[in-house]
Amino acid sequence: MHIVVCIKQVPDSAQIRVHPVTNTIMRQGVPTIINPYDLFALEEALRLRDRFGGAVTVLTMGPPSAEDSLRKALTFGADRAVLLTDRFFAGSDTLATSFALATAITRIGETWGAPDIVFTGKQTIDGDTAQVGPGIAKRLGLIQVTYVAKVAELDPEGRTITLERRAEGGTQVLKSQLPCLIAMLEGTNEVRRGTMADALSAARAEIVKWNAKDAGVEDLGKCGLKGSPTIVKRVFAPAARSEKAKVIEAPEGGSLADALIADVFARQPHLEADLTALARGF
Amino acid sequence: MIDEKFDAIVVGAGMAGNGAAYTLAKRGLKVLQLERGEYSGSKNVQGAILYSDMLEKIIPDFREDAPLERHLVEQRFWMMDDRSHVGLHYRSEDFNEEAPNRYTIIRAQFDKWFSGKVREAGALVVCETTVTELVQDAYGKVIGVKTDRGGGQIHADVVVLAEGVSGLLGTRAGLRKIPKPTDVALAVKEMHFLPQETIEDRFLLKGDEGVVIEAAGTISEGMTGMGFIYTNKECISLGIGCLVSDFQKTGRSPYQLLETFKQHPSVAPLIAGSEVKEYAAHLIPEGGYKAIPQLFGDGWVVVGDAAQLNNAIHREGSNLAMTSGRIAAEAIFQVKSRKEPMTAQNLSLYKTLLEQSFIIKDLKKYKDMPQLLHIQSQNFFLTYPQLVSKAMQNFVRVDGTPKIEKEKMTLKSFTSARSWAGLFGDAFRLARAWR
Repeated sequence: MHIVVCIKQVPDSAQIRVHPVTNTIMRQGVPTIINPYDLFALEEALRLRDRFGGAVTVLTMGPPSAEDSLRKALTFGADRAVLLTDRFFAGSDTLATSFALATAITRIGETWGAPDIVFTGKQTIDGDTAQVGPGIAKRLGLIQVTYVAKVAELDPEGRTITLERRAEGGTQVLKSQLPCLIAMLEGTNEVRRGTMADALSAARAEIVKWNAKDAGVEDLGKCGLKGSPTIVKRVFAPAARSEKAKVIEAPEGGSLADALIADVFARQPHLEADLTALARGF
Repeated sequence: MIDEKFDAIVVGAGMAGNGAAYTLAKRGLKVLQLERGEYSGSKNVQGAILYSDMLEKIIPDFREDAPLERHLVEQRFWMMDDRSHVGLHYRSEDFNEEAPNRYTIIRAQFDKWFSGKVREAGALVVCETTVTELVQDAYGKVIGVKTDRGGGQIHADVVVLAEGVSGLLGTRAGLRKIPKPTDVALAVKEMHFLPQETIEDRFLLKGDEGVVIEAAGTISEGMTGMGFIYTNKECISLGIGCLVSDFQKTGRSPYQLLETFKQHPSVAPLIAGSEVKEYAAHLIPEGGYKAIPQLFGDGWVVVGDAAQLNNAIHREGSNLAMTSGRIAAEAIFQVKSRKEPMTAQNLSLYKTLLEQSFIIKDLKKYKDMPQLLHIQSQNFFLTYPQLVSKAMQNFVRVDGTPKIEKEKMTLKSFTSARSWAGLFGDAFRLARAWR
C-alpha cells in the first residue's frame, strides 16, 4: 500500500499577530508548524501502513525552509519526503497549488508506485479555504471524501475503504473504491511520537527536492502567480459589532414570555400585523 | 534498543554541547547529539554576549554567516542606590576593529546557526528527544543513554554531558551531587523591542555598535546579585539575577526585582515605550572553582554549565561552556586516535587540558570570591553602594558647606556604617579574594 500525505508548513496561528495599523498578518519571527489538520491525516496514514504494510510519502510545496516540516513528518515515522520548491511556484493560490501538487503526485506514482490513498488535512489554518484537497482529487480523477473523522475499515483484497464522514445532522458511513483522496478532520486521533529509530533515520534522511521540471510540470503558466486567478482586493479586520445584548426580565407578577413578545413586536411592528393576519387564515 | 553504536553521544545542544559535537564531528568521530528542545536554542537562555576568541578557536570564520547583533564598543559598570548610580564607563574606538572582540547575540537564532554547523560537520543531531538516564554496565562504566522515545537506548564509547546547570543526569547516575542553592543564581530577563534608531539614539551608537551595562547595588536588595542591560539590533535585553539561597532566605521573587530594576530612574528612560515580547528565566552556576564537580569518569565527561564552569566575576559563561566542550572533544579525540578505551584514567586528559587553559586558571584566581560576596552580601550590595552614592552626591552638590566639612561627613558616614575594622577587613578580604 502506498499512501501520499500532503502537508503544509504554516505560521503558528497561536503566536501570530495582526499589524495594528495596516491589518496585515505579521509573519516575521513567527514560528512555523505543520498545519494541525495535516497531522491527523499523517497519523491515519501511518496507522494504515502499520496494519497493511507499504510506505507513506509526505509531500509539501513551499520555500526551502519547508524542509523542517518534512523532517518532522519523518520523525513521526513517514518513510520518505518530497519537497516541491521552485520560484515558479511562488504566489500560488489554491488552483495553482492543487495543479502543482497533483502533478507531483503523478510523478511520485511513477517513481514509487501509484498511491492507493492521498490524504490531506481538511484545510490549512493560514488560508482556511479547504479547496486544495478537492482540487487535487478532481485533477487526478480520484474519488474524494471530505470531512472524514475516521477510517473505519480497509479491505485490501476488495480494494475498498470504509470511512466515517461528519456531516450536518450526524455521521455518514461511506464506502469508497481505492484509490481515493481523503480530507481529514481534526481531533480524531493523536499523532504519535516517533521511535528512536524513526528519529535517527529522519535526522539522516535525504529530503527529495523537486523543482517544477523535476515534478513533471510542463505548463509553467499554470503555476505560481501566473496560474492564480485569485486576487486579494483588500484585507481588513471586521469592525466590532456595536449593538449590545439586551436583558429582558419578567415584570412584577407578569410573564417573561409576554414581556419578550412585547419587546420583539415593539422593535418590528409589522410582525404583529403579519402574524395576526396569518393566524386569521387558519 | 538501537543496534548502531556511536563513538560519542553528546547530551544537550547549548554552547558546550555544540562546541563538543562540532569538534568531535570535525575530527571524524561518529557523533550523535540529543537535544530535548524543538531545536537547538529553543530552550537556551543567556544575556547574551559572545566572546569572539573562544568561538574562533572552534569556527574561525564564524563572522561570515553567524547571526550577530552588535559588536560592543562600550562597557558601563553601575553601582546603584535607589535613586542614583555611580558609573564607570569605558568606551573605545579601538573596539571598532575589523574582527571585533565581543558581540551581543540572541541565543535562539545563534544556536540554530551553530547547530547547522554541527550538522554540516557531520554529527547526527536529533531534537525533541530527552535523555532520561545514563546506561551503565556492571562496573559502573557509562556505555550509553536511555531516551524518552520508544526503543530509545543507544550505546556509545563515551557520553559528553552538556545537559546544563541542573546536571540531572549526572546526579541521577550518582556521578555528582545536585548543585547547592548557594552555588546557583536564578536570573530573569526580558527582551524590550524598540526601533533601531531609538536604541542608537539612547545609547549613542552608530551602525552595529553596542553597549553593555552591568549593574549592582540596592537593586538586589542586599542579596548577592546583578542586573544587566545589553543592546541588540532592535531590542534591549534586560535582566537581573540573585543567588537561589538568597531568594529562599528573603522570600522575594525575581520578577519583583526585575520590575523595580526597570522602574529605576537610571533605567526607565532607556526602555521607555518598548514592547516586551519575551520573558525568560534561567539558572546560572555561581559557585566558581570550589563548586566544580568530578569532571570525568569511565565513559563520560561533563562540560559547560553542567560542570559549573562559569566566571561570575567577569560574567563569562558561554565561552567557558564552548571551550570546555572543545577541550573535552580534543581529549576524546586523542584517546580515540591512540586506540585506547574511554576509561576514567584516559579521560583525565580532559581535566589536564582544562587546567592548562584559561578556564581553570581564571576560576582558581577567584575561588574565594563567591563565598565572600555571599557572606558579605549586605555590605557589598546594600551598604557600600548607598555610601558611595552619598559620597558622590556630597562631592558634587554645591551648598556652601566648606569642602573640609564635606569630606569629614563622608568619612564619618563610612566609619559609622561599617567601623574602621570593618572597612579594612572588607578591603583586605576583597583584595585577597581578587588576587
